[in-house]
Amino acid sequence: MMTIGLFHYLTVSSILFALGIIAILSRRNAIGILLGIELVMNAAGINFVAFSRYVASDLSGQIFSLFIIVIAASEVVVALAILLRIYMNRQTIDIEDVGEMKC
Amino acid sequence: MLEKLLLIWLLPLAAFLIQVFLGKRLYRRGDWVSCGAVFTSFIFSCVLFFNMLGEHNPHFKWTTSWDWIFLPDFQLKFGLLVDTVTLSMLVVITLVSLLVHVYSIGYMAGDKLYSRYFAYLSFFTFSMVGLVLVDNLFSIYIFWELVGLASYLLIGFWFEKPSASNAAKKAFLTTRIGDIGMFLGILIIFFNTNGILEYEKLFQYVADGKFTGEFLGMSLLTVAGILLFFGAIGKSAQFPLHIWLPDAMEGPTPVSALIHAATMVAAGVYLVTRMFVFFTPDALLFIAYIGSFTALFAATMALTHNDIKKVLAYSTISQLGYMMMGLGVGAYVAGFLHLVTHAAFKASLFLCSGSVIHAAHTQDMRQMGGLKQKMPITFWATLIATLSISGVPFFSGFVSKDMLLAGALSFATENPQHALIAIFAFITAGLTAFYMFRLVFMTFFGAPKDPKVFSHAHESPLTMTLPLMILSVLSFGFIFTYNHWFEAIIQKPALLNYQSGLSVGSLKALGHAPHDASHLITVILSIALAGTGIFLSYLFYFKGVLSAKNWAHRFQSMYQTLVHLYWVDELYEWTVVRPLIRLNNFMAHFDNRVIDDRLVDGWVPLTSNTAFYSGDFDNVAIDQTLVDGTGLSIAKGGMEVRKIQTGRIQQYLILALAALCIILLILML
Repeated sequence: MMTIGLFHYLTVSSILFALGIIAILSRRNAIGILLGIELVMNAAGINFVAFSRYVASDLSGQIFSLFIIVIAASEVVVALAILLRIYMNRQTIDIEDVGEMKC
Repeated sequence: MLEKLLLIWLLPLAAFLIQVFLGKRLYRRGDWVSCGAVFTSFIFSCVLFFNMLGEHNPHFKWTTSWDWIFLPDFQLKFGLLVDTVTLSMLVVITLVSLLVHVYSIGYMAGDKLYSRYFAYLSFFTFSMVGLVLVDNLFSIYIFWELVGLASYLLIGFWFEKPSASNAAKKAFLTTRIGDIGMFLGILIIFFNTNGILEYEKLFQYVADGKFTGEFLGMSLLTVAGILLFFGAIGKSAQFPLHIWLPDAMEGPTPVSALIHAATMVAAGVYLVTRMFVFFTPDALLFIAYIGSFTALFAATMALTHNDIKKVLAYSTISQLGYMMMGLGVGAYVAGFLHLVTHAAFKASLFLCSGSVIHAAHTQDMRQMGGLKQKMPITFWATLIATLSISGVPFFSGFVSKDMLLAGALSFATENPQHALIAIFAFITAGLTAFYMFRLVFMTFFGAPKDPKVFSHAHESPLTMTLPLMILSVLSFGFIFTYNHWFEAIIQKPALLNYQSGLSVGSLKALGHAPHDASHLITVILSIALAGTGIFLSYLFYFKGVLSAKNWAHRFQSMYQTLVHLYWVDELYEWTVVRPLIRLNNFMAHFDNRVIDDRLVDGWVPLTSNTAFYSGDFDNVAIDQTLVDGTGLSIAKGGMEVRKIQTGRIQQYLILALAALCIILLILML
């Protein structure tokens, strides 16, 4: 029976990170991009917990992951509010169509 | 002393400045400012003069000086020198100036440039006082030119008349010719003495025999003296530069009295007096000849003129010639005394003529006559001054002229080869009496020739007659002979020991006073000559026994020569003025054609082409390429860089990741 160690955690988090990046890069829907960002953040959280357990042997990593969860939640709140306003203004949240900020 | 001198000197200057800037706005247009200033000057001059007189000290001397230009190897000082000559001059200048100021109140009343006239008069007084106060040749040259300027301004005072402005120019230019000589003389002295220009030091330098050098066989000292005398020739209207003075009569008559009779023209005599010991016997002989010739020359010209002021002008030239002759033959005291007495009686004569002109509105004596009853004060003043200038005993002119003639006579007896000087002088004495009485007879006696002139004539106001009365009193001889005060304070300076070979050994009388014997002969001769002149004049112009017309007809060629003033003006016109104008025209032509067209305009292609190409270069290379080019290339670069900003958030993210990957790769390697 193979014991589950640091390598496995890092593998999972790498996969999550990659999926998140792919989602960010490939989705045209803003909601999809937001979801990708959530995946990247969670990958970072898993990394923190794994390093906390196997390398540092104290609780600071786990406390960091708690912060990440809270920050991710508040970030989603702000982002969704912005998206809502964009949708109400132009009935779309396709990021290809939202390009006014470019000069 | 210094305070009083500065007051005497600078009050007229202050009056000038006030008059120039504020004259029109002052009460009575400011005539009281000038009169007050000159009056104060006169009072202080008198105070100083009588203080000095009380001391009976002919060697009275007071000096002061300030540094002016101070360089390591060259120093120029501005100094004042006051001695008996200076103080006498100060009294003469300020007195005549004061009387002329007062007289002008009446004479110039109503003139539209009334305040400016007084400004000029005060300016002249300032310059003239400065001229006699300074102690070196450089400073005297400055004031010499300043009085010339004042004379120019006043002769041309009625400048809207072309004759007046021409006369002013003529006076200025003619005197300038003499001044060039004077300037050269000063330069010679300056270089020869290494910058010693103060009279006293210069005389000491000459006395020490350090002034050496020769020029064309004459000693440099003589040359310098004669050149200095050229200045006096111009200023004192001596032959051959006498031509400006008669024309200067275009100025207001009081100006003629002040400047062209009493003071400025005496500046030349003053210069010779001041520099007397500097002149070598040769130079003095030259002065004597010029003086005596001028005296006779001008007296003959006065015989035929009918313009009352011109007659007086020629008479002035003649009397100035007398003074020069007196100084030249060594009669120093006589020359200077004649300056003083002449200032009084000639100023009086001019002011009288002004009074007559004021009343008659004409200067032509042929239209006057019989004015005696109408203008008694003017008549008596004229008569007294005329008696004085004619050399009638008991009048001031007799005293000084007698001394002059005695000097000339004793000079001639000592140096028979130069007897011409004395002969000229004696003939002039007779002529003077003749033409002066001619003036009096034609103006005041006989039947009125022009009823219009006669009926308009009236006595002048008190401001004009008061100066006449004062000057008439000063024309009496006892004023100058009382207690021999003049000889007591003015003494002939000891001649310097000129190096042997410089002096003309035969000129004996230069050193000592005239003999008593020649005095007696002179008195008899001069009274006889004056009497003859007056008598002839009486026959010609009062009795009419002899007719001037017939005589003029009989001696036609001589008469014409005199009327045309020996054609001196014409001579200058043909020899100097015309060639000069032709030369000027040629120069102007040369300037236009060669300098302007060829030389100056010749540069046009070069400069305009250069300008064109440099303009192009500026436009293309500097402006378009460098300046605009920088801006354009930056703008273009901006446009290119801007393309990265697509606004696609995923593109940005890819780029960021790519960058991250590159950084990680670099770190790992």
